[in-house]
Amino acid sequence: MDLAFIIASAIKIFGFTFLVVLPLVAYSTYAERRVSAVLQDRVGPNRVGIPTTLFGFKKDLKFFGLIQPLADGIKGLLKEDFTPAHVRKSFYWMAPAFTAAPAFISLCVVPFGSAVTIFGYEVKMVIADIGVGPLFIFAIASLSVYGITLAGWASNSKYPFFGGVRSCAQMISYEIALGLSLIPVLLFFGKLNLSDIVAYQASNGWLLLPLWNESGTLIHEGYWQNSSQQWLLLLPMGISFFVFTTSIFAETNRMPFDLPECETELVGGYHTEYSSMKFALFFMGEYAAMIVGSALIVTVFFGGWSLGFGLDSSLLQTAEGNWKWYAGFIHMGAFLAKTVAFIIFFIWVRWTVPRFRYDQLMKLGWVVFFELALFNIFLAALIMAAPHIGILNTFLFGLPALIIIALLMFFITKANEIKRKAKVT
Amino acid sequence: MADSAPATAEKLPKDLAAEKGLVNVQVDGTWVQVPAGTRMIEVCKIAEKEVPHYCYHTKLSSPGNCRMCLVQMGMPNRPPPGESPHYEDDGYQQISWMPRPVIACANTVTENMGIRTTGELVEECRNGVMEFLLINHPLDCPICDQAGECSLQEFSVEHGRGSSRFEEMKVKKPKNVEIGPRIRLDDERCIMCSRCIRFMDEVADDPVLGFIDRGTHTTLTVHPGRRLDNNYSLNTADICPVGALTSNDFRFQMRVWFLKETKSIDVNCGTGCNTVIWTRGNEVFRITPRENNEVNSSWMPDSHRLNFHYLHAETRLGDPFVKIGSKHEISDWPGAIAKTAEELSRFKGEEIAVIGSGRMTNEELYLLRRLADTLETDLLSLVPRVGESDGKLISADRNPNTSGAKLIWASRNPYAKLESIRQGVVTGKIKALIVFYEDLLGDAQFKADDLANLDFLVSNHILTNKTAKASDVVLPGAGFAEKRGSLVNITGRLQRLNQAISPPPGAMDDWEILRDLVKALSPDEPSRYLLEEVFGEIADEVEEFEDLTLSKISDLGIPIVETGESIPLLESEKARITAGEIVG
Amino acid sequence: MATVKVKRPKLHWYEHLYLPAILKGLIITLKHAMESLRGKAQGGKSLATSGLGVTMQYPEQKWDDQLPDYYRGVPALVTDEQKRERCVSCQLCEFICPPKAITITPGEIQSEDPWAKVEKAPQKFDIDMIRCIYCGMCEEVCPEQAIFLRQDYAMTGTTRGEMVNDKKRLYEIGGIREGLVNKWNELK
Repeated sequence: MDLAFIIASAIKIFGFTFLVVLPLVAYSTYAERRVSAVLQDRVGPNRVGIPTTLFGFKKDLKFFGLIQPLADGIKGLLKEDFTPAHVRKSFYWMAPAFTAAPAFISLCVVPFGSAVTIFGYEVKMVIADIGVGPLFIFAIASLSVYGITLAGWASNSKYPFFGGVRSCAQMISYEIALGLSLIPVLLFFGKLNLSDIVAYQASNGWLLLPLWNESGTLIHEGYWQNSSQQWLLLLPMGISFFVFTTSIFAETNRMPFDLPECETELVGGYHTEYSSMKFALFFMGEYAAMIVGSALIVTVFFGGWSLGFGLDSSLLQTAEGNWKWYAGFIHMGAFLAKTVAFIIFFIWVRWTVPRFRYDQLMKLGWVVFFELALFNIFLAALIMAAPHIGILNTFLFGLPALIIIALLMFFITKANEIKRKAKVT
Repeated sequence: MADSAPATAEKLPKDLAAEKGLVNVQVDGTWVQVPAGTRMIEVCKIAEKEVPHYCYHTKLSSPGNCRMCLVQMGMPNRPPPGESPHYEDDGYQQISWMPRPVIACANTVTENMGIRTTGELVEECRNGVMEFLLINHPLDCPICDQAGECSLQEFSVEHGRGSSRFEEMKVKKPKNVEIGPRIRLDDERCIMCSRCIRFMDEVADDPVLGFIDRGTHTTLTVHPGRRLDNNYSLNTADICPVGALTSNDFRFQMRVWFLKETKSIDVNCGTGCNTVIWTRGNEVFRITPRENNEVNSSWMPDSHRLNFHYLHAETRLGDPFVKIGSKHEISDWPGAIAKTAEELSRFKGEEIAVIGSGRMTNEELYLLRRLADTLETDLLSLVPRVGESDGKLISADRNPNTSGAKLIWASRNPYAKLESIRQGVVTGKIKALIVFYEDLLGDAQFKADDLANLDFLVSNHILTNKTAKASDVVLPGAGFAEKRGSLVNITGRLQRLNQAISPPPGAMDDWEILRDLVKALSPDEPSRYLLEEVFGEIADEVEEFEDLTLSKISDLGIPIVETGESIPLLESEKARITAGEIVG
Repeated sequence: MATVKVKRPKLHWYEHLYLPAILKGLIITLKHAMESLRGKAQGGKSLATSGLGVTMQYPEQKWDDQLPDYYRGVPALVTDEQKRERCVSCQLCEFICPPKAITITPGEIQSEDPWAKVEKAPQKFDIDMIRCIYCGMCEEVCPEQAIFLRQDYAMTGTTRGEMVNDKKRLYEIGGIREGLVNKWNELK
């Protein structure tokens, strides 16, 4: 490990976390309020600016209220940090950190740009370029459930406790669907390094938009090079995308799955007893998790930092196939833009879809998504295996097996439901 | 009660009732059995039918002048001469209803009589009477202290009209007249029920009130040259059904609907009048008598009911004090108790004396004796407080719990040792003195110089006084409205004192002070958490309290011992009941 | 407890997927977003608001000319045309006040006062505007027509103490009100 690597890593960590993600967290709270306002024919926060009149100027600078997150931050820090007498103090203090930290940590494996060469030294635009990217994210991100559960338990109060328990159950349930839904994708890529996955998509077209190849032309072969039947793979990938995105909604406790902080039932949920910056940390953790989720979706399904549409090769590559010196920065911009688009999609969904009932949520997780993701794995595997085992084998053995599996799962869930109904009556 | 059994098979209801000395009366269709000669209004009360009334009062004679209690009366058909009365299937005679109403307060019932408290006739009569009463009544309710407990308001809701039909000028009468030091008169509000006149005449034996003029100009007034300054004058404000007589002390202090009522007893003399303490927040606003026919009938002396303002006095002690050098410093309770215990343990038993007060509750007296036992001293006494009986409700013994002290301390005379303690202090034999609830320089007749002989003086007070100033440790206690407990009055009746408000934040309930002191001196003492536990210990120890608990003492108290004493006012009331003047 | 059996609508299989409905919802919210971004939000015009949504930009735009007659603002005490303070401190408003915002200390009118026959007037009359919920019960219950809810709504202060309107301030806000029933005149 040389000095250059350490310096580069330090700069990446500092720059990415403090200059990109934290402001993004702050501004996604602003975006949440502004976008929701726009969706609901309101105005939203449009006032907080720089109070230049305090310094003798004639008019305040308002900036459409863009200083709002700063004001929120100052308020969070200056408010009384109240610790109720009845809480378990150590856990109570740890819980917000446990919620916020995993989200930030898991960002370190997300590639946010192509490699940049500085002073002849190639720097990969990812903090930790490890070979188990998605697994690392799952492992770390699910740790945040500890924060929420701890918060609920340490608050020593019933509604936060319910919130914590709900959150725990919900996260565990959807983690399965989340993991399973990514398996077809990984089957396709055949590797777990997120940088490589993005690089592959940059040259062969995005996973869900495989319409161009390296040379920028619409492809006829190459990406799905083996046979024309491989176009069928779009179906399992689409299912994967749907299940994955929905599960991310559940994992980040966002509407329509925000039952841990369901105000109508639980006062405020697991953070009822929290105030000031500790409360703000929960919020930051939640929004950071949303950013991680968006980044992950973008990375896996939408080509990460790549511009797409063949623009990468035609605009940003030299004749020798190397990236131009500014390519890395444009790629970073592209990645950020895609992530922000997904964040806005998250917000849009939140203010459109009403909250689920808890049993519906559980049923959706265990009965629908779990089965769907499982079936999806077999489907993807069969389509991928078809060219190798031949058409005949596919139709004679593969397809019947798939159908049997599907029917089996369908009947198991049906049987489960009938039993439940019998019990009620 | 009504019985459908055929009369032929059994005895007739009238015979069944007559065996018990009762008569059958039908009230609104229901038959009740009551003693013959009972007033109709009382029968209606027994039958749980409300009859509105103003002038009628059970403890006063019935002049029947408000006309509000009109009911319809019916008598059995009188058989034609020579025929025996006809009995219906239910065994009763048929009732013929009179076409005109009668007043229920002055008529008595006979066998097979009928009373109707509802019906068109009765309602119409009441509405009419109500309208007449309101003709000259001013629209004073917003400024009238009676508002909220005014019978006129209550019955005008049921029987009054929304608006007046009276187009002429209202009669003007004197308003806001001070007829006595404690009573104010508003003649416009008066409905001429004459309750106050009868009370002053019959109960207070000081007939200074009367009506002058006639008809619509009738005016209540005080006898020329006299004032309504009797010590029972405030009772007239209590019984006044409207706001004509109001208390100067309570005038414009607070509306009654804000006040919380707490049933308690008076602690100003041995009679222990039953009272209601009216409070809002942590403030006592007034005290009124509560009916108890074994103690105070319905009355109470003014001097006793007004003696509560000291609870909110500025000289109220709010924190425990410990004398450091020659100055009193504010201390905390554990500190003050520890300091007291530490100082007391320096002395031998015979060097310590304990003075309590006849105003303390049984529980406090018990713990005081425990304290004396713990300190191994037998110098334990109360301070006597003797006045003159007024021949009505104020007893000669002005300590409310002398009887209780006799029982709890198993002593014939709990005041006996006071003189020897006084001597001991003078000679310097007694070096430490514990004083509860008493100002030594007041009723106990100590001299200021004597107290200087003492090495250590600890005292408990409500208000600051000279003894407190001389004390080494001052423990602020709770007043009578701020604590619970039981007392025994001069007739040997165990009564309960109830807590209406809480003591000032720095003060403590007296029994808790004593408990902490006893515990600090002798850690082997049982831990007592509730006043009920202390009462339980008394019940275990004192024969008269056996099987009793605090909650078993009803609001009216229970007699536990024969003292041979009686309350003069009750004696004269009994004589009047026997004479048939009042119902009682 | 009565049991009510709710009949759920029978859904088609495609309705059971819920996805079309969710999609429809997303389109509706998007339509609203587009409209409000173009400054054509629903109700924006009729309420004379900022145009961006139905929200009124408060300090710049005010509601004063649109206040309805029945608007319930700050409660205040009034005097009548004879300069008599109407309130006789009957404390009914204190009693009825749901959030217990009113505190009255009743007092007696001195005998040299021209209105001494009214006998009673408030010594202190405090309305805690932090507590007040502007329900108007006090106005409704007042037997003397002494307390009215004004149309003022901008009641602010920087301390809790400032938010308590005392008697003097209440009469300042209330001012003189004419045409009230005068039951305390000499005739009866």
